[in-house]
Amino acid sequence: MNLEILGISVLWTFLFGYILVGAIDFGAGFFNAYSLLTGKQRILTKVIQRYLSPVWEVTNVFLVFFFVGIIGFFPKTAFYYGTTLLVPVSLGIILLAIRGSYYAFETYGARGHKGYSFMYGLAGILIPASLSIVLTISEGGFIELVDGNPVLDYWLLFTSPLTWSIVVLSIAATLYISAVFLTWYANKAGDVEATDLLRKYALIWSLPTIITAGGIIFELRRHNFEHYSNIQTFWPMFLISFLLFAGTVWLLWKRHNYGWAFILLMGQFIFAFFGYGASHYPYLLYPYLTIYDSFTNPAMAISLIVAFILGLGLLIPSLVLLMRLFLFNKGYVRGKKDFHV
Amino acid sequence: MGNEEAVFYSRVLTELTLSFHIIYATIGVGVPLMIMIAQWVGIKKNDEHYILLARRWARGFIITVAVGVVTGTAIGLQLSLLWPNFMEFAGNVIALPLFMETFAFFFEAIFLGIYLYTWDRFENQKKHLLLLVPVAIGASFSAVFITMVNAFMNAPRGFDIVDGEIVNINPIIAMFNPAMPTKVAHVVITAYMTAAFVLAAIAAFRLLKGSNHVYHKKALYLTMKLGFVFSIATAIIGDFSGKYLAEYQPEKLAAAEWHFETQENAPLVLLGVLKDGEVKYAINIPFGLSMLAHNNPKAEVIGLDQFPEDEIPPLYIHYLFNIMVFIGMWMTILSALYWIGINRGWKRVSTKWFRWLIVLGAPLTIIAIESGWWLAEVGRQPWILRKIMRVEDAATTSGQVDLMLMLFAGLYIILGIGSVVVLRRMFRNNPVERELEDRHMEKGGDVQ
Repeated sequence: MNLEILGISVLWTFLFGYILVGAIDFGAGFFNAYSLLTGKQRILTKVIQRYLSPVWEVTNVFLVFFFVGIIGFFPKTAFYYGTTLLVPVSLGIILLAIRGSYYAFETYGARGHKGYSFMYGLAGILIPASLSIVLTISEGGFIELVDGNPVLDYWLLFTSPLTWSIVVLSIAATLYISAVFLTWYANKAGDVEATDLLRKYALIWSLPTIITAGGIIFELRRHNFEHYSNIQTFWPMFLISFLLFAGTVWLLWKRHNYGWAFILLMGQFIFAFFGYGASHYPYLLYPYLTIYDSFTNPAMAISLIVAFILGLGLLIPSLVLLMRLFLFNKGYVRGKKDFHV
Repeated sequence: MGNEEAVFYSRVLTELTLSFHIIYATIGVGVPLMIMIAQWVGIKKNDEHYILLARRWARGFIITVAVGVVTGTAIGLQLSLLWPNFMEFAGNVIALPLFMETFAFFFEAIFLGIYLYTWDRFENQKKHLLLLVPVAIGASFSAVFITMVNAFMNAPRGFDIVDGEIVNINPIIAMFNPAMPTKVAHVVITAYMTAAFVLAAIAAFRLLKGSNHVYHKKALYLTMKLGFVFSIATAIIGDFSGKYLAEYQPEKLAAAEWHFETQENAPLVLLGVLKDGEVKYAINIPFGLSMLAHNNPKAEVIGLDQFPEDEIPPLYIHYLFNIMVFIGMWMTILSALYWIGINRGWKRVSTKWFRWLIVLGAPLTIIAIESGWWLAEVGRQPWILRKIMRVEDAATTSGQVDLMLMLFAGLYIILGIGSVVVLRRMFRNNPVERELEDRHMEKGGDVQ
């Protein structure tokens, strides 16, 4: 394995981490808002708040890690993506900012403002939508070089079915991941009503998730044939992903072991996400940028990797502690003890 | 939109984001240390007031940290969105501290979550205090790493440029560039100083608004004392910064001091106005600049005459420099008087007007922080990377920066108002007297 692949694997893993914890977070906000609308807030709010409270800031760090890391390992991405993504990413930042800060405002300052809860829920759906545009753009065909400067063609982007399929997938997957996780979490908290409701949501959103995911592969055939044919060579990964998906749905349907349902779901997304990533190789941006021509110098690469290993030595024990204290602590999850500042 | 406009709006947007972010970032770096000290004092003295102080500060801190995190994410991404050419360069040479900053931030975020949700969970308070240590370290090291990047912009090192290609890159030398020691020390220590004076202002304000509880008096005394210590440290580091500038960025020092001609026995110019290139109505401190620059009243200090016209920063930074220094000195004197006054039993330091002066210290120190950063950034003009890359060559070519500027301005208005409203409501609805009572009742009513 060379440094380029090592670098992109690390970044891809952190992006996966962001997508997973972010999806749980964003979906939870949406379900919370939705439950207000349908008068079922009594059932859901408590479970959702308990999960979100100690981890909201951590979610954000995964994203920061990814975009700082990609500039470090692949500095040329700053030029291509930085210039073209001004609008979609700025919108994403604004949504993230409103959502993140108002979470703290609401939780610690002023509880129970309805309009705010809707905004919060809506922002959670719009963030994956606006950030997923980056993946669409990376497929190529939307960026032109004008006088040596990359320019994004918005008309082409927003009239492409690929764009909208990826947007729909990002939203459906967000809600699906979140619902499956929260089903397990509510079940662990011993909250039967919330478990049932969330299980229903999980089953509902499983369908659009798998349909759009399949549809995107089909659309790529027209949009980017090279990527499409690369995907074919990785077919076992996508098959495994699909089987894991079927496993999750089956467990949910049978009301068996929600913990395993979530683990299978993680497997499903790991295989799909890394399968997608591997088939995208070596391009960061079709057809301009590969991981090889954009890679940083060896001195920087090695120092980043050393820093990364040392950093992980700090992070992993800390994350384990965080999870043991909150996620896997029965007393906390069930809401028996409250030690909030 | 022509590229000149893109450059202009990129500058405005970056300045806006940084000016807003720095308020929350400074508080975010300084306050965890204050919380830690208060809790530690509380444990050592077995005094519940200090523990409660730490707890209430921690509660307010959540709000400021939330805004700090989201605006920090904004500036992190805006660097690539608005200055793609600069970031491509930076990615090659100075990415290491940027990358390490995310780890420091990660570390802080995790332990902050744990700390906030484990109050009273441990029998032993010391264990709980221990959880705050990584928060304070993470917060301070975020500032250290980010300031290293800023230092690099002022004194780029650790690479060579041969035929337009960057070669011989050494990330460690880039990190530990000559600007780094003074800049990092200055940023971190002034953050502690500002946090102390902001918290002091809150305590003084409560005392003025009717509450005469000893809780606030303890808070005021503790924070003023800490503020004094950090302002002395700031002054010492400021002196070193002067020497750094004289050696490595003489044009910045000369512009900030309105030092036009290279000369020996250089005086320090304070205030004044510029009329047709002449300094008028200024206070001159003889030999001051030579002392600041070289610790020697006779030393020669390089003036602006040594630089081409298009490499001289705007001269208004002189006022920014003056504002920063005057506020720093004023707060040193104020806190020294307060400390001595309390120990000597001077009535004057507990009068209304003296407390109003302390309250005024909060906006003043924030203004000093802002002036300091504007001085640092405007003083580096026209460069984004000194002598390597000009600001106008670094900017995006995108045509939508003006629109983004408006959106972000709206965002910061919402966040600014929101954070103030929430903080006020949070503490007004739960005054310290009531909380102290509740806690005693809890203890008294414990049956088990």
